[in-house]
Amino acid sequence: MRALRQHSVLPGFNLALGFTLLYLSLIVLIPLSAAFIRTSALTWPEFWDAVTTPRVLASYRLTFGASFAAAVVNAIFGLLVAWVLVRYRFPGKKLVDALVDLPFALPTAVAGIALTALYAGNGWIGQFFEPIGVKIAFTPIGVFIALTFIGLPFVVRTVQPVLEDLEPELEEAAATLGANRLQTFSRVILPVLLPALMTGFALAFARAIGEYGSVIFIAGNMPMISEITPLLIITKLEQYDYAGATALAVVMLVISFLMLLIINVLQWWSRRRTSAI
Amino acid sequence: MTPQSMTTAALPTPAPATDLGHRREITSEPAWVRKTLIGTALTFLTLFLFVPLISVFYEALKKGVDAYLAAITEPDAVAAIQLTLTAAAIAVPVNLVFGVAAAWAIAKFEFRGKSLLITLIDLPFSVSPVVSGLIYVLVFGLQGWLGPWLAEYDIKIIFAVPGIVLATIFVTVPFIARELIPLMQAQGSEEEEAAVVLGANGWQTFFRVTLPNIKWGLLYGTILCNARAMGEFGAVSVVSGHIRGSTNTLPLHVEILYNEYNFAAAFAVASLLALLALVTLALKTLVEFRNRQQENIDEH
Repeated sequence: MRALRQHSVLPGFNLALGFTLLYLSLIVLIPLSAAFIRTSALTWPEFWDAVTTPRVLASYRLTFGASFAAAVVNAIFGLLVAWVLVRYRFPGKKLVDALVDLPFALPTAVAGIALTALYAGNGWIGQFFEPIGVKIAFTPIGVFIALTFIGLPFVVRTVQPVLEDLEPELEEAAATLGANRLQTFSRVILPVLLPALMTGFALAFARAIGEYGSVIFIAGNMPMISEITPLLIITKLEQYDYAGATALAVVMLVISFLMLLIINVLQWWSRRRTSAI
Repeated sequence: MTPQSMTTAALPTPAPATDLGHRREITSEPAWVRKTLIGTALTFLTLFLFVPLISVFYEALKKGVDAYLAAITEPDAVAAIQLTLTAAAIAVPVNLVFGVAAAWAIAKFEFRGKSLLITLIDLPFSVSPVVSGLIYVLVFGLQGWLGPWLAEYDIKIIFAVPGIVLATIFVTVPFIARELIPLMQAQGSEEEEAAVVLGANGWQTFFRVTLPNIKWGLLYGTILCNARAMGEFGAVSVVSGHIRGSTNTLPLHVEILYNEYNFAAAFAVASLLALLALVTLALKTLVEFRNRQQENIDEH
């Protein structure tokens, strides 16, 4: 251990790092490795068959498609909300700012049943769509609505601090040089915000892919149509198909790790971009 | 938030000076653009945040206060409340100790593999809740690694309370550590080094020097950790087995009531969790405010 670190007068390094590594191994790493070791008992064709059945492929399409659409909506409206909260003054602003984090704090099951009640055919919002023949609850659109809700704070909270730290001199210079407001926004402000915006987008997307609680109530969960991949894992588990459930879990885990890598690269880019200005 | 924006929010500021007024003109938008943007943002937030929140309380009280009180005081609901409190009462302190230890090692010392360690701590955030539950089934379930051994000694972890506690611990691992690490890194270790040089031992240094410096960050992380611990659904759902009155947490109880078409009762129990969320947000805002106040005092 001692060779690993630089000298410090402070005590407790061995104890603190030792406990941290032991805890992480027992709680996180060993259980996670169980999924990979279990799956390695399958041959490659068995694994491939388990994760590419038509029902599974349909669940990927829904999970990734709805997550992507929700993250796009969150990127656009998250940027708008961050802009309005940083730049403008209006009554109730502090309350709005605090409530943006609601999807982080509200248990997903509560969000799920509330959104289902609202968007059902007789719900407060659903009743306006029913007459024009649009069903939201119990369809893939419902999945998109739930994923938009749970991903809402990510873009706001990543863009907001960058926007707050933006030097007014940049915009003044642009204006002095004859740029109009839209040009200043698209050529000066947006490039500075872009890494943070993309980080927020990636965080919202990553969260949406794994989301379960808020989706299962509103989705209707029809195989091939409105069944998300995490639900399919549970279905397989309930049918005692441990190998199938674990194989799907491994696919989800690999995608999670990839997203984590992408997010780390984006955050590094974001820090470099903002510190360069 | 910068200190500047805090003072403008806290004090009724006088009209900006003329040069500021000029600046505002060239780096701001016409009034109609401002109003349209504010209106669009608020409409979006109303539809996606405020209406769902209000609807929880509306649906909960739709059948009257008596039905509401009956739903949250019936034995299964009380058992669910107790289990949720128990799980949080174990998961939060355990992750608090872990968070402090991890932050102490990472923020106060230099060692190889540090950024990898930080990424590993964040890992549970990126794992789907369903997968988080599944991996514990693979370790402790009947078909799992330790399953036969546990069965021999008649120890139940999956479909029992220990599994629920473990799944809750897993999903809340990063909360306190990720608040403390950047905070303690920013604070440096000069104060602790001074204490040690003056003869304090490790624990004295921690409790008298470090803890007062990190108390708001620690509280902030604890609040968020607790909210997630009490509200977790997916991971707990996989390991719980849904035994009414015995292995049902509050969120799982909401699901059962909802699937039985007992909507008023489901929303009544859900409203307790929504209240928890509102209290969490209020505390979080308060801690952020105090934290900024402390930063301002430290600066001057």
